[in-house]
Amino acid sequence: MSSAVSRYFTSSIGRKQLIALTGLGLCGFLVAHLLGNFTLFIGSDAFNIYAHKLMSLGPLVYIAEAGLAAMFALHLGLAIKMTIENKTARGQKYYMKTRTGRGETLMSATMPYTGLILFVFLILHILQFKFGPVYNTEVDGVFMRDLYRTVVEYFQSPLNTAWYVIAMAAAAMHTAHGFQSAFQTFGFNHGTWTPKLKILGIAYAVFVAGGFAAVSIFLHVKGA
Amino acid sequence: MSDATANMTIYLKVWRQASAAAEGKFVDYKVDHVSPDMSFLEMFDVLNDQLVKKGEAPIAFDHDCREGICGMCSMMINGKAHGGEKGTTTCQLHMRKFKSGDAIVVEPWRAKAFPLVKDLVVDRSAFDKIIQAGGYTTAQTGNAPDANANLIPKTVADEAMDAAACIGCGACVASCPNGSAMLFMGAKISQLALLPQGQPEAPRRALNMVKSHDELLFGNCTNHAECEATCPKEIGLEHIARMNREYTKATFTYHEKVRGGDGA
Ligand code: FES
Repeated sequence: MSSAVSRYFTSSIGRKQLIALTGLGLCGFLVAHLLGNFTLFIGSDAFNIYAHKLMSLGPLVYIAEAGLAAMFALHLGLAIKMTIENKTARGQKYYMKTRTGRGETLMSATMPYTGLILFVFLILHILQFKFGPVYNTEVDGVFMRDLYRTVVEYFQSPLNTAWYVIAMAAAAMHTAHGFQSAFQTFGFNHGTWTPKLKILGIAYAVFVAGGFAAVSIFLHVKGA
Repeated sequence: MSDATANMTIYLKVWRQASAAAEGKFVDYKVDHVSPDMSFLEMFDVLNDQLVKKGEAPIAFDHDCREGICGMCSMMINGKAHGGEKGTTTCQLHMRKFKSGDAIVVEPWRAKAFPLVKDLVVDRSAFDKIIQAGGYTTAQTGNAPDANANLIPKTVADEAMDAAACIGCGACVASCPNGSAMLFMGAKISQLALLPQGQPEAPRRALNMVKSHDELLFGNCTNHAECEATCPKEIGLEHIARMNREYTKATFTYHEKVRGGDGA
């Protein structure tokens, strides 16, 4: 590796720009995922056809999955390393450390924790749905997986629904800080645009996390 | 101390540690006859006078100018760097901000890169090392250049001046939950990157200073903005953003090609 490349990938700023870049990539994925989930509002056929069409893209699906997995692994790995380094940078802890109220927020302070919740959630999420119970169905003469039934059955449990909503609350907090923070990390800071970006970040967080949570509650209430 | 206004009583809990190797602990002190017009440091002077009279070792704390320009007075006051008042150093913090009977916890800056020397004194020479890595310009000797030879827009000059207001006190590091020195470094990179005199060396400066910062084991900025909130000179996060830009630009555009040599 040339020295410029290795220097960038080992430097504090280079690494956190990678965290920011992969974070924004994952933010984009969440929007696409949510739009797909909205077919759950329409009904079983709409959702099953959507899922079937998506999975029939063949190699594209694997490429997308590999890309997402790589982004996630990089985001997680670099963030864990950074968090550990940042904790050790303090050395001896303060006996008393108070927020000024003009800087650190609950969102920014809990990034590692909400991140860990999301990591656990993601693993369970893939196990529960992608590798969850498989049912089959026929829509307009086409045989396909009845993923709708897998999803609806899952959300019949109040516990499952509650956990899902909690995880979405973590996602909202994580992205509310992360989204706008990524722009600052790339060096974008502007008197007019940065405050608007912060609002956009919160709007994004509420829309995405709220959207997922709304779908889960809808399915819970609607019943199988 | 017959001043009638010197009527406050303050209960202090101060970190005492004889040396870097010694075990440290909090010690409680009661300071009487504190005037609301005293600065926080003057209140410490009163306390130290009492300690000396009692034959005890006075509390070591850094200070110099006592007018908010040297950046020596580093104290974590009730969990906030310099007490957390907007744009205020410890030496400019007045006792009128407190009430008689208040209990105040005073600790030194805590950061791996700022080893403790004694009591409230820490060694901030890590900042000097960052500056040595690139926080300077290579100037020509000879006649002073004509004042108007370099045209600099007023807004740019103002912004460079905002960054140059940094007094290197270390409050950014002390208050940052990550112990990062990026506000300090951002200010130092900004003040030079904004001006034509600093631009020829800007790429190398950004690369070398960040490298030095990382090697000194300062933490990484995660955009909490506690630094901005406690900076006595109110230096803003936009300077960290500029540093991020300078660093990124240097990474992807700057290439030091070795020319000539002995044919190697
Ligand atoms: S003593 Fe100089 S800034 Fe406080």
